Amino acid sequence: MDLVFLAQAAEGGQQASNLGNGLVYGLAAIGPGLGIGYLVGKSVESMARQPEAAGMVRTTMFLGIAFVEALALFGFVLAFII
Amino acid sequence: MNLLLAAEAEGGFHVPSLETLFEFPAFLFEDTLFALNRTGLLYLIAAGIVCALMLTAFRAPKVVPGKFQAAMESVVGFVRDNIVLEVMGPDGLRFVPFLTSLFLFIFVNNFYEIMPFVQFPTTGRMAVPALLALTVWFVFIAVGVKNQGLKYFKNAIVLPGVPFAIHFLLVPIEFISTFIVRPLTLAVRLFANMMAGHILLAIAFIAANAFLIDFHAWPFGFFPEGASGAVIGIFALAAGPLLVAFELLVGVLQAYIFTILTAVYISGALHPDH
Repeated sequence: MDLVFLAQAAEGGQQASNLGNGLVYGLAAIGPGLGIGYLVGKSVESMARQPEAAGMVRTTMFLGIAFVEALALFGFVLAFII
Repeated sequence: MNLLLAAEAEGGFHVPSLETLFEFPAFLFEDTLFALNRTGLLYLIAAGIVCALMLTAFRAPKVVPGKFQAAMESVVGFVRDNIVLEVMGPDGLRFVPFLTSLFLFIFVNNFYEIMPFVQFPTTGRMAVPALLALTVWFVFIAVGVKNQGLKYFKNAIVLPGVPFAIHFLLVPIEFISTFIVRPLTLAVRLFANMMAGHILLAIAFIAANAFLIDFHAWPFGFFPEGASGAVIGIFALAAGPLLVAFELLVGVLQAYIFTILTAVYISGALHPDH
């Protein structure tokens, strides 16, 4: 059952598009959520193992977060556009 | 202000539309190319603030810095040590002025979100993030062409040490990710973060107002939506200050990420490493 059908089954018109918008953002947030969690967890682990490398790890972590987060934000913007 | 009135006018809690949150009518030179509205004015003021901060701190620098000069020096030092030296190495030092002004300008525009009486993140409109991302795009391509000549484009999209047939797959991917996705994500990341933050803050404050105090009853009525509404209102009221602190963090972090990504892109154009 595809999402468009689900959305149409909801109640037609405005409500369907609201549900669609919510689904777009919700689905777009799953992957980046998992990704950021994994990324930060691993970074904290390596910072705890080697505190003297914390600065380098933190910079790289923010870079990685920025790339992963972009996907979720595309979903957020698309939710308003469609 | 008119937002609260709009929410209040019909009574009860309404999520404000994006138009009321993000669009302001022009008040100067209307219907011309130079139409100026609140957002445009705030951009100009932000540029003025950054210039004023830098000029007052560094126009006549003292050997023993005062408090203000020390604070601004720590900002420049942060960009130099934590961004440029960490990402680009010593030969990126000539980009410190560019990156510092980028960082400060984005930070001031983000800080508008929680500044009393302004409370509108001007980076929550696409105009300035898109312009800044395009500037960064031109800068890193220009740096690449200046340092590597036209071979820069070949170095950027053709990876060495890959079987010949894989190039048909990799070259389009590398081209799209370097020259299209980079500026797009740079702009969208900043814009969407600030837009989401503004919507979040507006909804929290409007909910606290709408569920706790009824301005229609005289002098004041409390809890117009009943007990269950009061619970939501108290949560929203408690969430407000926390969200403001969170948005300050987000504002600093987004300025930092924009600057550090710019540094990464420029450093990729400086050294042909792949």
